[in-house]
Amino acid sequence: MSILINKDTKVITQGITGATGLFHAKGALDYGTQMVGGVTPGKGGQSVDITLESGKLVSLPIFNTVVEAKQVTGATASVIYVAPPFAADAIIEAVDADLDLVICITEGIPVMDMIKVKRYMEGKRTILVGPNCPGVITPGECKIGIMPGYIHTPGHVGVVSRSGTLTYEAVHQLSTRGIGQSTAVGIGGDPVKGMEFIDVLSRFNEDPDTYAVIMIGEIGGTAEEEAAEWIKANMTKPVVGFIGGATAPPGKRMGHAGAIISGGKGTAAEKIAKLQECGVQVAPTPSEMGSTLVKVLEEQGILEKCVTHQHA
Amino acid sequence: MNIHEYQGKEVLRQYGVVVPNGKVAYTVDEAVAAAEELGSSVVVVKAQIHAGGRGKAGGVKVAKSIDEVRTYADEILGKVLVTHQTGPEGKEVKRLLIEQGCNIQKEYYVGLVVDRATGRVVMMASEEGGTEIEEVAAKTPEKIIKEIVDPAIGLQTFQARRLAYAINVPNELVNKTAKLMMSLYQAFVDKDCSIAEINPLVITGEGDVMALDAKLNFDSNALFRHKDIQALRDYDEEDEKEIEASKYDLSYIALDGNIGCMVNGAGLAMATMDIIKYYGGEPANFLDVGGGATTEKVTEAFKIILSDENVKGIFVNIFGGIMRCDVIANGVVEAAKEVGLERPLVVRLEGTNVEIGKRILNESGLNIVSADSMADGAQKIVALVQ
Repeated sequence: MSILINKDTKVITQGITGATGLFHAKGALDYGTQMVGGVTPGKGGQSVDITLESGKLVSLPIFNTVVEAKQVTGATASVIYVAPPFAADAIIEAVDADLDLVICITEGIPVMDMIKVKRYMEGKRTILVGPNCPGVITPGECKIGIMPGYIHTPGHVGVVSRSGTLTYEAVHQLSTRGIGQSTAVGIGGDPVKGMEFIDVLSRFNEDPDTYAVIMIGEIGGTAEEEAAEWIKANMTKPVVGFIGGATAPPGKRMGHAGAIISGGKGTAAEKIAKLQECGVQVAPTPSEMGSTLVKVLEEQGILEKCVTHQHA
Repeated sequence: MNIHEYQGKEVLRQYGVVVPNGKVAYTVDEAVAAAEELGSSVVVVKAQIHAGGRGKAGGVKVAKSIDEVRTYADEILGKVLVTHQTGPEGKEVKRLLIEQGCNIQKEYYVGLVVDRATGRVVMMASEEGGTEIEEVAAKTPEKIIKEIVDPAIGLQTFQARRLAYAINVPNELVNKTAKLMMSLYQAFVDKDCSIAEINPLVITGEGDVMALDAKLNFDSNALFRHKDIQALRDYDEEDEKEIEASKYDLSYIALDGNIGCMVNGAGLAMATMDIIKYYGGEPANFLDVGGGATTEKVTEAFKIILSDENVKGIFVNIFGGIMRCDVIANGVVEAAKEVGLERPLVVRLEGTNVEIGKRILNESGLNIVSADSMADGAQKIVALVQ
């Protein structure tokens, strides 16, 4: 089992004829994802031919609209690589088409656009992941996004993170310890976004195949603090945390649009203190995310259940 | 992106916010000419830097004569102001705002920010104007009143009025105050602001409601649709290395330490700074080369790091996913050859094509220390710069 996506998830790529969209559509197909088509307004009726690493040729149909793509292909999810000025419109189109899941990779969407997107999504059933995120992967089944698939291994630890490369770092530390992952979700580095930590944690909590979770936060906002309170009140599985940006100066945006300490709020120290107060062990350095989890799994007596493979 | 107070007031004026008459001055003579033109009995000489706390640092003076304007302008121009927002090195004043003085009866605070928890714009107001709002938030949070704005319909007049009543604006000025708040909200949304603050908002003896200060920050992701705001960027206020980095689409922030960092991904870049500090070192910068770095980008990143004289060593920390380790390794070798490598360099590579990447580094003949993990790399570079 897993959360959000699995081997049966049918995906379309919005912005499939752009260089990035095409590159990652191929990456998804190589991984075994059911990528079933793409959307590029004005190019409907054409198709894109993709030669996979295996040598197999795949021809994906292109549609002018998301609703058409959904009707013809039966897609339930979409991934967006549309340029920032047009990305909010792409998200809204996917929500309007009533897809189950929309994953927006695009970095650099104006905050004001995302505020409108969130307002539009109220009362709709579509789930949004991102923007400005690496995507979602259920190892061995389905990869939607820009993450390197091969570092992941199927298993029972969920990963949720505001940072792409730190997710890879955590996954790598798990895989090299023989610990597979159920699903890894990059929620993205923007201040206004779709799924927040709690939305992902609650799904991991309900997923019978996820036994523990690594949660990676960073400076800015209070989503980690809210998640900590939620974990204390609701989570039945161990959670290990890491917070990036302990050395970040206040008032400076650290790469991610959402990674900023403003008005003295959103510091790493506050977040770490809150997580610890709520019973979440926090890795002291990014190098120790894996080892901290192992320690907690041992304490809980579930390490063996989480070891899924031998690592060379 | 930040702009100066006088620029912020100009933007707000376009939206109907009442601001005092004033003019920017780059020299003492210009300041005097501006004061003469204003012709008011009291003139305020205000330092224009991208930081708050100017008043306390001696950057704001009230002049009662043209001679005083000359004296204060001369004193403030070229002065390095150190405030709680400038850092200990301070900021040199290169521009002044020469402004009509006004008859202040009472000071308030009004501000707009994006609230992450609700994903909406929030207007905040307080009776405690003129002081640092962070201080008010810490000591008397109940004195900050908030209205959350529904983006579908925007700030409503009743919300603005409710705020004005809540902060005890005199009855007869509530409508004027609400109108100013509505204008401020419109400017915030139209111009894609990330912060808009008026502190203080004042009511005058003549019954005017005025913005005596204006702090506007803009969402840099939205600047593509605001050429007018882009034109307000003041490069003098930014770090030279940060400007250079932005030309190559590198995300760079200068810090005080001596270990230069080059990392892919913002989260990993922050975490790299953290781990250097954890092992007793001090990072000299934040630098994210991004997901699609080329040899050229890596070379430029290197040059920028090395242009910082404080840098005693460099730590390259790459988790190659989409970006392959061999590309990074080639970039590092090219860059090191081009700019000359006299300072210690520790490289940690992980991910796609890591073995090829390590081989390229080893066979380069350069003095590059290889690290097996982030922790190993951080410890090695910290030891090397000591």
